Amino acid sequence: MAKAEKKTETKHELEPPKEWKPFIFGIFCNWCSFAGADQAGTSRMQRPADLRIMRVMCSGRVEAHWILEALKEGADAVLICGCHLGDCHYVEGNYKTARRMPLLFRMIEQFGINPKRVRFEFISASEGAELTELIKEYSEEIKKIGPGPFNKYFKK
Amino acid sequence: MEEDLKIGVYLCHCGVNIAGVIDMDELEEFTKTLPNVNLVRQYKFMCSDTGQSMIKDDIKEGLVNRVVVAACSPRMHEPTFRRAIESAGMNKFLFSQANIREHSSWISMKDKEGASRIAKDHIRMQVAKVSKLESLQPQKVKVTPNALVIGGGIAGINAALDLAEQNFHVYLVEKTATIGGHMAQLDKTFPTMDCSACILTPKMVDVNQHENITLMAYSEVDNVEGYVGNFKVTVRQKARYVDTEKCTGCGNCAEECPVTVPNEFDLGLSLRKAAYLPFPQAVPGYYTIDMDHCIKCGICADPSVCEPDAIRYDDKDKFVKLDIGTIIVATGFDPFDPTALKEYGYEKYDNVITSMQMERLLSSYGPTLGKPVRPSDLTAPHSIAFIQCVGSRDFHPGRGHKYCSRVCCMYAMKQARQYMEKHPDAKIYIFYMDIRAFGKGYEEFYEIASREYGIMFIRGRLSEVYEDPKDKGIWLRGEDTLLQVPVEIKVDMVVLSVGIEARDDSDKIASLLSIQKTEDGFFMEAHPKLRPVDTLTDGIFIAGVSQGPKDIPDAVAQAKGAASSAAALMAKGEVEIEPYFAVIDEAICTGCKACNSMCPFGAITFDKISGISVINPAKCKGCGTCVAACPFGAIAQNHFKEEQLDVIIRSVLKEGGVY
Repeated sequence: MAKAEKKTETKHELEPPKEWKPFIFGIFCNWCSFAGADQAGTSRMQRPADLRIMRVMCSGRVEAHWILEALKEGADAVLICGCHLGDCHYVEGNYKTARRMPLLFRMIEQFGINPKRVRFEFISASEGAELTELIKEYSEEIKKIGPGPFNKYFKK
Repeated sequence: MEEDLKIGVYLCHCGVNIAGVIDMDELEEFTKTLPNVNLVRQYKFMCSDTGQSMIKDDIKEGLVNRVVVAACSPRMHEPTFRRAIESAGMNKFLFSQANIREHSSWISMKDKEGASRIAKDHIRMQVAKVSKLESLQPQKVKVTPNALVIGGGIAGINAALDLAEQNFHVYLVEKTATIGGHMAQLDKTFPTMDCSACILTPKMVDVNQHENITLMAYSEVDNVEGYVGNFKVTVRQKARYVDTEKCTGCGNCAEECPVTVPNEFDLGLSLRKAAYLPFPQAVPGYYTIDMDHCIKCGICADPSVCEPDAIRYDDKDKFVKLDIGTIIVATGFDPFDPTALKEYGYEKYDNVITSMQMERLLSSYGPTLGKPVRPSDLTAPHSIAFIQCVGSRDFHPGRGHKYCSRVCCMYAMKQARQYMEKHPDAKIYIFYMDIRAFGKGYEEFYEIASREYGIMFIRGRLSEVYEDPKDKGIWLRGEDTLLQVPVEIKVDMVVLSVGIEARDDSDKIASLLSIQKTEDGFFMEAHPKLRPVDTLTDGIFIAGVSQGPKDIPDAVAQAKGAASSAAALMAKGEVEIEPYFAVIDEAICTGCKACNSMCPFGAITFDKISGISVINPAKCKGCGTCVAACPFGAIAQNHFKEEQLDVIIRSVLKEGGVY
C-alpha cells in the first residue's frame, strides 16, 4: 500500500442507522463479567444488539474519565460490570470501583446528564442469564430516556 | 512508528456460527477501511492449522506486524493465536482478538444487522487497540512442587495418591476427623456391587502411609495468598483435644465417656460418645473429643482410662503455613435435606427416611449391621417405596434444584436390589420421573432390577404421603402417568432418593481461592468441554462432585485429570505469567501515596529516600486498580495503558461517530 494512501485517520464507511437504537458502551472485567457475557453467548441467550464490550482485567481499572468521554462522544449509556463483592479475582478491586461510582454519579448529574445513563452492575462468570435480562431491561430504560445528549445522529 | 503499522485482520467464520449471521464479505469491506489495516482475510476456522498458517505466513512475508483476529472470545483462543504468532517470530503481545461470536452473532441470531453492527464495532475497537500495543516479555515464575488437595473424599484421595506417586509432595486437608468422604458411608457401589469399604479403605490407608503425603484431617484452609506456583496457604488444624502423637486408638476414652450424642456418620440412626472415632476404619485412627458436647468430667483423662496420657482439654487450634504450587479442590457435596418438602413427611413420619439413612441401614458396619429395619418398630419392612428426584429436577423455587443429581436412579435400584437379596418376598416400588441409567453397565443393571428382581417401577410424582396411625405404615397417593390411572399404595417404609447439592460452605471456599461457581452452586470449570478440571484461576483445579453431580467412576476420572493437570505444571517447574504488571513513572509520581492503600497484594511501597511510590512487579497481579487511583496518571499498566484503552473508546465513538 502506498504511503500516500495510508489511512491514519478513522474514516469508517459506516452509514448511520435509519432509526435510533441505544448504544450501550460496556466496560467489563475479565474474570467475572466478560466470562459471564461469554456464557450468555455460548448459551445463545438472545438480547438486543445494543451492547459493545471493552475488556479490562478488573473493574478497579476503570477510569472515571473514560465514562465521561464515552458519554461526551455520543454513547447513550455506559455500563460497568465487575465481579460480585467478595468474588473479585484481585480480592477487592470491585470494592474500589463501588466506592468511586457514587462520586461519579454526582458529577454526571452536575454536568446535566441523566445519571441513569451510567450503571455499575455485578455479573459473575455464570450469570449470562442475568446479563441478558439486565441488557433487555437497561435497553428499554435508555429507550425511554432517549438518545444521549451528545449523540451525533439523533437528538432527544 | 505510525508509518510502520501493518495490521492484519483475520475474520473467522467459525463454520456457520459467525458467518451464518453476519455477512462476512461486507464485514471484510468495512474492515479494509479501518486505519493502518494492511490486509484482511477470512477463513472458515481461523483456529485450525490452516487458519493459523495463514497468519504465520503473512507475518513471515512481512505483510503484517500487528494481528487482530475477529472470532470467538479471547478467553477461548487468545493463547492459541498468541502461540501461532510467537512461532512466526513476532512478539505475541502485538495481538488482539475481537469477539464477534459470544458477544455478537450468538446473542443476536435474528437481528442480523444488529449483530453485524456489534461485530464492526468490536473489530474497530481492537484494531485501534492493537495499533497502540507494545512488545512485552512474559514473566516466568517457579512452581513449588507441593500440591494442596482440599477434601479427602474419593476424588481427593485419588488426586493425592496420583500426585504423590509422581514424587510431588501433597498436603491433603480434610474438614472432618477422617478421610473417606461420603463413599465411606456407602455399603455397596453400583453397578458392580463392589463393597464400598473394600475398595476405599485400602486407599485411605495408602494415603496415610505414603511418604509424600501429609495428611491433615480435622483441618480447614484458613487463608490463601499468592499466585500460580507460589501460593501461601494457612491451614487451621482444629483442636482434637487428643494428642495425636500419643493416641493409640484403643478406644477406652469412648467406652468410658458418659456423654452420648447422635452419630452424624450414621445420620442420627445411632449414637456416639463425645469422645469418638467416626467409624472403625477411620483414617487417621485417632480419637477426637467433640467439645460442643464434652462436659469435661475428666473420666477419659484419668490414667486408668487413657494409659498413654493423650487427652488434652486445653488443646488449641494450630495454624500451619504451607508453600504450595498447585491446588486441587475436591470438597464434595451435601445430600439434599428434604425437610422443607412437607408433602413427603420427612421428620414428621417415623418410617420416612432418606437414601443416605437407608445406605447406613444396609451397611454391614451400620447401626443395624446390614439388616434394615423400619424406625417405628425396628422390624424388617415387607414393602418399601423409593421416591425419586427429591430435591432434583424441580423448577419450582424453594423445592430443591433444577439439575438432575445423576446418581439417585442408580442408587435406588441398587438399594432395592440389595434389600430384595435379603428379603426375596418384599415388595419394592420405585416412583420415578425418568430412569436415567446412562453409565457403563447401568442399563443392564436396570434391566435385571426390573425383570429378574421384580422391582415395580411406577412413573409419576407422588402428590401425597401420609401415615396410617394404626400401624405407622405409609399411604402413597399419586398417578401412574404411563397407565394414566390413580395409584394408592400402602407400604411399610418410604425411602426418599435425595439429590446432591453444593456444600453449604462452598461460597467460603470459592472466595478464599478466587474461583467461580456456576448457577447451580457447584464450582465452575474454565471450559465445560475442553478444560473440565481447570478453574479461571491459574494453578487451581477442581475434581469430583464439587464441580457438579457425578458418580464414583466419574469423580475418580476427574480427580485423575486434575492431578495430571497439576502435575504438568509442577513437573515443568516454571510457568509463564502475563506481564500485565503496573509501573510507576518516577518523573511524574509526587509521592502522594494515594495508590499505596489500593493494592491488596502489598506490591506498592513508598520509598522514603526518593519520596515516591514503587511497585514490585513480582507481587503485582495486574488488576490496574492503582492506575485508576493515581491522580497524576503516573502509573501505567502493561498492555492496559491509558492510551491503549482510551483509543478504544475514541475509535468506536469519536471519528465516524456512533455506528
